[in-house]
Amino acid sequence: MSGTSSETRTSPRRWRRPPMIADARKRWALYIAIVAYLLWATASIEIDIPRLIEGLDRAREFFAAALTPDFVSRWSDIWTGFIESLTMTAVATSVGVALSIPIGLGAASNLAIRPVYLICRTILAVTRAFHEIILAILFVAMFGFGPFAGVVTLIVSTIGFLGKLIAEDIEAINWDTVEAIEATGASWWQKVIYAVTPQVIPRFIGLSLYRLDINFRESAIIGIVGAGGIGATLTTAFQRYEFESVSAILILIIGTVYAFEYVSGAIRRRVL
Amino acid sequence: MLVIEGLLKRYPDGFEALKGVDVTIEDGELVALIGPSGAGKSTLIRCVNRLVEPTEGTIELNELELTTLNRAGLRRARRRMAMIFQNYALVERLTVMENVLSGRLGSVGFFKSLFRRFPQDDVDNAFALLEKVGLEGLHDRRADALSGGQQQRVGIARALMQDPDILLVDEPTASLDPRTARQVMGLLADLCEEHGLAAIINIHDVPLARDYTDRILGLKAGELVFDGPPEELTDDVLPEIYGGEDWSKEPSEDDEEEEDIRSSGQFLAEEVL
Ligand SMILES: Nc1ncnc2c1ncn2[C@@H]1O[C@H](COP(=O)(O)OP(=O)(O)OP(=O)(O)O)[C@@H](O)[C@H]1O
Ligand SMILES: [Mg+2]
Repeated sequence: MSGTSSETRTSPRRWRRPPMIADARKRWALYIAIVAYLLWATASIEIDIPRLIEGLDRAREFFAAALTPDFVSRWSDIWTGFIESLTMTAVATSVGVALSIPIGLGAASNLAIRPVYLICRTILAVTRAFHEIILAILFVAMFGFGPFAGVVTLIVSTIGFLGKLIAEDIEAINWDTVEAIEATGASWWQKVIYAVTPQVIPRFIGLSLYRLDINFRESAIIGIVGAGGIGATLTTAFQRYEFESVSAILILIIGTVYAFEYVSGAIRRRVL
Repeated sequence: MLVIEGLLKRYPDGFEALKGVDVTIEDGELVALIGPSGAGKSTLIRCVNRLVEPTEGTIELNELELTTLNRAGLRRARRRMAMIFQNYALVERLTVMENVLSGRLGSVGFFKSLFRRFPQDDVDNAFALLEKVGLEGLHDRRADALSGGQQQRVGIARALMQDPDILLVDEPTASLDPRTARQVMGLLADLCEEHGLAAIINIHDVPLARDYTDRILGLKAGELVFDGPPEELTDDVLPEIYGGEDWSKEPSEDDEEEEDIRSSGQFLAEEVL
């Protein structure tokens, strides 16, 4: 308790957080506009009570089916789709990882000369511009239905993902080490394998494994637009209202993703 | 013999870190380069192996002009000069042995270095060097699992692995405790003598420079302001290099302290400021 100033104070000083929009009239106008828009938007969806009830019915049916998965009646379709997805994942991940290395190196501003840098950054920007679904639709239109279009989709998005992250990792490495290796008379490639690679390899492996399970999950999704794999089987089962088979497929996907997760965790612990 | 003439370095922002330096370093000569922070010491030795590109002037190592070399020529020339860094600059995830062998990268092809298939002579030599720098038995340890003093010894072994004509050494002891610093300087001096190596050693610790080198260069704001044997570097000339007038009448309370300890104390104070 220190004296004079607190004695002279008559009432406690009040404080409030300053509002984001200082002008009270503008602030209220904005609030009202937002509420009005939400009301109008909700109204425009035409919520149809009978359809909602019907949907709930179907949901009940679906969840009941989920508890009684049926692996047997469509087993050969499920198995074929599953193996196809695994194959797509394996091929797309390995090819994608392999291609992302040169492109990632080229897109690292501290290693690449300017023209190479610009080309690689452009490639990355283009591959990352579209969602997998859009790419899959595009490639299905180009190459026809089936897993080939799916593999190409996954390769492209793997390059975009890994290439960008690796380029950024390389840009953040400890440069003293690179200079030390350069000072021994090492060539550019020797610099890459001796000073750059050791610094980025653990994260690169981690990201590649992560991409492996993304690719498996994506392979289930892009199947919906006709790019093969377990997704195609899943869509077919849905269209035939065979919810027990749908449930079986979903369980298989979840199980596989878990298995990948476990394996990649084990590998990551070893390399770090 | 290293002959530097009219060396000028202007950084892209227009700052002149070196303003025309002339200096000749004889074979086997151990030279300390001292000067305040920002004087251009690192810039100078980095111009020699062109980690920094000189703007003007010539640098000749054994009659070979370095400043005009193309990439391949520069690689070849860099084998003849090895660098040692303040922060060791080892590849931390690699083993001690891989780090030492990296000194041979200039002489070994790409695939050999990719698969770490270094010639047996190099491996023998690396083991011998590790023993010499006092790291026997640590060859398979990861570099980041070593203490600072040990890492610097690896850095020295890597440099000697190149079998160079000259060592470019940037503050080898600045991250080490005083005793380890002495040991490392002593090791450097011994090895230079044994291998007949010349060395330029950037160093902030004047007493260490006096004790271990043959010749001292003083750099101040990009210009050479002192060049002579350690005996000539008295407390009277230190202000010329480091600035300020109150060098010898530094307010040290403790009069009994040895002279070199006192001045190293002053240096610590300078660096902190
Ligand atoms: N890349 C750069 N761009 C612009 N200026 C630079 C650059 N590198 C260094 N300098 C400037 O050049 C001057 C000399 O730097 P240098 O690193 O050679 O000093 P130094 O004598 O080694 O200092 P210290 O003892 O602190 O290591 C400094 O003023 C520094 O700010
Ligand atoms: Mg420096």
